[in-house]
Amino acid sequence: MALFVTENVSKHYAGHVALDKVSIEVPHQSIFGLLGPNGAGKTSLIRIINRITGPDEGKLYFDGEPLHPRHINNIGYLPEERGLYRKMRVGEHAMYLARLKGLSKREATIKLKEWFEKFSIENWWNKKVEELSKGMQQKVQFIVTVLHEPELLIFDEPFSGFDPINVSILKEEILKLRDKGATIIFSTHNMESVEELCDHIALIDRSKKILDGKVSDIKKQYRSRTYRIVFDHFDGIISNHLDDGFKILNEEEDEDHRYASISLGEGVQSKDLLQRLAPHININAYNEVIPTMNDIFISAVKDNEGK
Amino acid sequence: MRKILLVIQREYLTRVRKRSFIVMTILGPILMASAFVVPMYLATLTDDKEKVVTVLDETGWFYEKFADTEEFNFEYTTEDLESAKFDMVEQDDFALLYIPRRELTVPSSAVLYSLKQPGVDMKSYIRNVMSKEVELQKLRINLDEMDLSEEDHERAMKLPELIKTSIQLSTMKIDETGGEEETFTEIMMAVAFTSGLIIYMFIFIFGAQVLRGVMEEKTSRIIEIMVSSVKPFQLMMGKIVGIAMVGLTQFLLWVLLTFTIVSVFQVSFADQMPGPDVRMAITNQGTEGIAKTTPDTSEIARVFEIIDSIQYEVILLSFLFFFLGGYLLYAALFAAIGSAVDSETDTQQFMLPVTLPLFLSFIVANIVVYDPDGKVAIWFSMIPFTSPVVMMARIPFGVPIEQIWISAGLLVLGFIFTTWLAARIYRTGILMYGKKVSYKELWKWITYKN
Repeated sequence: MALFVTENVSKHYAGHVALDKVSIEVPHQSIFGLLGPNGAGKTSLIRIINRITGPDEGKLYFDGEPLHPRHINNIGYLPEERGLYRKMRVGEHAMYLARLKGLSKREATIKLKEWFEKFSIENWWNKKVEELSKGMQQKVQFIVTVLHEPELLIFDEPFSGFDPINVSILKEEILKLRDKGATIIFSTHNMESVEELCDHIALIDRSKKILDGKVSDIKKQYRSRTYRIVFDHFDGIISNHLDDGFKILNEEEDEDHRYASISLGEGVQSKDLLQRLAPHININAYNEVIPTMNDIFISAVKDNEGK
Repeated sequence: MRKILLVIQREYLTRVRKRSFIVMTILGPILMASAFVVPMYLATLTDDKEKVVTVLDETGWFYEKFADTEEFNFEYTTEDLESAKFDMVEQDDFALLYIPRRELTVPSSAVLYSLKQPGVDMKSYIRNVMSKEVELQKLRINLDEMDLSEEDHERAMKLPELIKTSIQLSTMKIDETGGEEETFTEIMMAVAFTSGLIIYMFIFIFGAQVLRGVMEEKTSRIIEIMVSSVKPFQLMMGKIVGIAMVGLTQFLLWVLLTFTIVSVFQVSFADQMPGPDVRMAITNQGTEGIAKTTPDTSEIARVFEIIDSIQYEVILLSFLFFFLGGYLLYAALFAAIGSAVDSETDTQQFMLPVTLPLFLSFIVANIVVYDPDGKVAIWFSMIPFTSPVVMMARIPFGVPIEQIWISAGLLVLGFIFTTWLAARIYRTGILMYGKKVSYKELWKWITYKN
């Protein structure tokens, strides 16, 4: 069952439509990628989920119940553009945000100490926020977002500003949170991290949802029956050995090898391609080209533009 | 509610702990107290050592005419000028007064030689004594020519003293019980003007803090994090109330510290406090000699009496109310401005309509202290945007209680209105970036439903 559901949510701002009947279902204990080009309406949707603004139309459900103000303490939100009070001390600031989320002073102290230890930043407690670098501040922000152990976490571009080491620490923590039961909505432009983390995605473009579902299903859906072969140099061209059932998408070569991507026509199977080519060339590698999320993103958005 | 309290707490604590707050809290009372204390202290600074003024009087008119004061001892010499000058330097006397002889005419000039610059009081004292003496001698010469009887002559000689009058204008205010209360317009004006000025300054200073606080939250994008756990309205009100408490804390500390400093000073300097004549010498450079001080001493006593008779409780209570009311009214507007703009430079176009009535009220307050019950005063002390400053400038003079209630009621309505207005602008503006905001846009924000 889905933890969070939006049903035909629409939002208009003076003169333009930010969201047009967007329906998504975020399954329990999943990492849900909310994708889309800049200005597509992701932030509007996230703000509605957070109850920062209300939808003009549509319904929202949290764990089966209509979204209610009390659910807010069960949501953690790490916005894309984020800041902290520069003049406050780190520990004090973290306490403040934790207590605004409804934690008692005692709880907040214990949990903060735990997390500060986990990220080995205990010695930051009495530092002023302005003494921290941007990346360091993001760590603190991440901690206060997850501190109250909400059921739903919303991360908007969580990795921006982090070095690769911290990105991998953070990814690990996000996966751990999911494994402990949290559901995560993850908005990003970094398609690699989507591949790595997300179970489900929804793609929003120009205020409409244009694609959603399980990542594995979507990938299947976008398979184009394209194969890539790597073979030794030889005198000749492979097209001489192929007929209309095969379409060569591109050919490259370097010192050691030649490469070709070939898409298979109707009624042709991958073994047919091998059978045709094997007698003529030395094949080093042969594999199906699985579309990356990047490819899917681009092609889905382009298709939508054509409409 | 718990969240609002947390916001208030943060806003309050971060500001109260700031170095600038502590410095201002200490510096303010020192400045204010020094306004009371420095004149008192200066009065005690008169040298213990007696200052000797040697009089070299070639005319012989002024022998023994200069009465010694607490500060100066007059001695008379008959040496020639050169050796008198030499003696003065030698004996480290304060000054040498040389009155040269004038054949055929009455003495009309004198020279005061001194090593240090002589004070104004000293010069005016000498001038007074001399001109009085010369006047008296002239009178005697004239009377001699008139051939009067011994008795008339004597009476005529006393005339200048007899006709001498000094006019003191005191105003009496009669309160409802029919009792007389002595007031002293100038003191009241000073009190009225100061209270108006302080309210004006407080609204400006702390209103600007609200503006800057809101802008800080917006430009540094803290707001993005905050709005997921607190409602914009809670955040705005928390900030406004928190800063109001900072203002009140500062004000109360000022009052407390000023009183402490002044009274500590009064106690520790009590025995060194100047006697009536010296205080006299400072306040009065008038027509009378230092020796004759009685009427003026009582005048000073009366000034103190009036200062004591001011109803501090009333002024303090109305100050607190009108400060809070005025602050809440303007702070909401400042918060709205802060939420609507992206940078300091964009604030200008919206600041003017907010600061204009505030500034106007300050100008009106300047007029009001001269005419506290005039039409201008009454009207401007009713309009919520000007009433805090203007009413405060009227209250020390005594304002009918029903007028205070009406003004207070209107002020409460006023700040409820501006808070409502500001909340509607704030909730939209605070999350709106990169848009040059116009008044038309603001109007849209105010009118559209959530």
